[in-house]
Amino acid sequence: MKTTNPLVKLFRQSPFKPVQEHMRVVAKCMDEFKPLFDALFKKDQNRVKEIAEKIDKIESEADEIKNGFRLNMPKSVFLPVARRDLLVLISEQDSIADSVENIAGILIAREMEVPEAIRDLLWELIQGTIDTYNKALKVIEELDALLGVGFGSKYSSFITDMVVDLKQTEEITDDVAKELNRILFSIEDQLKPVAVILWYKLIKEIGEVANHSENVGDRIFLFLAK
Amino acid sequence: MEIIAAYGFIFIIIAVVFGLYMTWGVGANDLANAMGTSVGAGAVTVKQAICIAIVFEFLGAVLAGGHVTTTIRKGIVDPSAIINDPQILVYGMLASLLAAAVWLSVASAKGWPVSTTHSIVGAIVGFAIVGIGIDAVSWDKIIKVIASWIVSPLVGGTISFLLIMSIRKLILNTDTPLGNAKKYAPVYVFLVGFVISLVTLFKGLKHLKIDLSIGASLLVAVCIGGIVAFVGWLLIKRIKFDENTDRKYQFVSVEKVFTPLMLFTACSMAFAHGSNDVANGIGPLAAVFSIVDSGGEVMQKSPLPLWILLIGGGGIVLGLVTLGYRVMLTVGKKITELTPSSGFCAELAAATTVVLASRTGIPVSTTHILIGSIFGVGLARGVGALDLRVVLNIIISWLVTLPAGGFMAAFFFFTLKGIFG
Repeated sequence: MKTTNPLVKLFRQSPFKPVQEHMRVVAKCMDEFKPLFDALFKKDQNRVKEIAEKIDKIESEADEIKNGFRLNMPKSVFLPVARRDLLVLISEQDSIADSVENIAGILIAREMEVPEAIRDLLWELIQGTIDTYNKALKVIEELDALLGVGFGSKYSSFITDMVVDLKQTEEITDDVAKELNRILFSIEDQLKPVAVILWYKLIKEIGEVANHSENVGDRIFLFLAK
Repeated sequence: MEIIAAYGFIFIIIAVVFGLYMTWGVGANDLANAMGTSVGAGAVTVKQAICIAIVFEFLGAVLAGGHVTTTIRKGIVDPSAIINDPQILVYGMLASLLAAAVWLSVASAKGWPVSTTHSIVGAIVGFAIVGIGIDAVSWDKIIKVIASWIVSPLVGGTISFLLIMSIRKLILNTDTPLGNAKKYAPVYVFLVGFVISLVTLFKGLKHLKIDLSIGASLLVAVCIGGIVAFVGWLLIKRIKFDENTDRKYQFVSVEKVFTPLMLFTACSMAFAHGSNDVANGIGPLAAVFSIVDSGGEVMQKSPLPLWILLIGGGGIVLGLVTLGYRVMLTVGKKITELTPSSGFCAELAAATTVVLASRTGIPVSTTHILIGSIFGVGLARGVGALDLRVVLNIIISWLVTLPAGGFMAAFFFFTLKGIFG
């Protein structure tokens, strides 16, 4: 039924709901992160392919939400946060899924063998990345409550603490990546050149997942700052 | 004078029918808007909202509806030029009612956010220009009324902004939000009862032969505020809280405190609406009755009879019962985007603004003021997303409604004049 009521037309859907929905889809992507490397460590290439396909599907799902969100954000909406910041936020979230997809892409394109020397540290990097992401997810889950208090109360200092913690986790993960690169450099001669290049690339992409998770937290900082 | 004597009864019947039709439309739309917030928050069911509306709409119309009715029936047009042709004013008022009603139907079909208040004012001005002359319009009054249409939503927005900021300062932005909510919420309920009764009581009940001094008005208002605050306190006591001290949970609990309190804002909105919007339908009816009853006296010295206010309240309730409950559900669904505490602020701000306007006799649009109040919450960063195009649509509808109502009233005026002579 076509409504003539200005009060009904006044309210648009809160932009934070699709942002949260999108982040939850990205979370499904991240759920496959550990199993993917598990399969790699066990040299189960079939399983790697299986998981990569799954990630592919989830990534397109996230893309759809992102595109729908952008279309639903005309300049005529009055928002409690800058429209630009919201668009950047969702694209940061989307980059997390993109990076996971890229990682899976490398692993199916080439049968990678994990060198003994980086095994433990690589696990540490993966775990740290997952932790960083989970902390970003938790911050996003607080968005609706944050809206309820108008972004400016004591509640926001609680969110600030969460984001600071997220950033610390990301830094630690970053250090692990640096250490991994250093070890990789020291064993370069024992590996095939192409494998070396792809390992560098993999470590960089894993780091990107943590990076984008940190950027999500930074955007929330911007919301609080105004 | 012979025409009045010959057709007087018919004129009153027509006026009652048109007046009922107008108030019915007001009840189907405006009142449903005003109370939808409380329905959406789950504070009251639709059935309860209708019961509240019946009681408080009548109270608003009878206790505080006289001033705006006076403005509509004799504040806009100066009939001194047609003392010897009172039927002109009767045709004009009938034409205005019909024009406003037809314009509202057209606008509803087209989906324009048109206000009943603006339609009736535009129609009366239109008739006065063609029927009596351009000088018969009290332009200074019209300018005041039009200015109030711009100012009143801004006032509503400012009040709701200040209210929500105070709630944040006293309740949300503290270490113990839930404890403070229980402590301060009855104070806000007190404000609802106090402000609205004070505005209504202070020199506002002369038509009921009650004239309270400022001291007596304050005393009664404090009593009413105290009583509703006590009821509010009882309602809050009944809420069951989980003993979970999790931070996020505390904010959910604070909102739980405000949900039942929207019962009071629902009452005040219905009261405010009755005090202002009833006049749109019954102002012209009152004018017609007064002229016929006095045998052709256009200056309308007689006071407003109570039964006319009752017809107005009845028409509005009828509109709410037949169609308005559906609007209330639609609005309620949308309004869940507002938290109960911000919905409470928006409604309280809107009700206060409308009652203030009613007290000064200015016809305003309840819906537009409520929208202004919701934008006040939005400015305080309390709403997910509001569509600014609504504001543009409202401004366009103002610009279209005034001349459209006026032209239609002129057309109906000449038609009636042709029929009755």
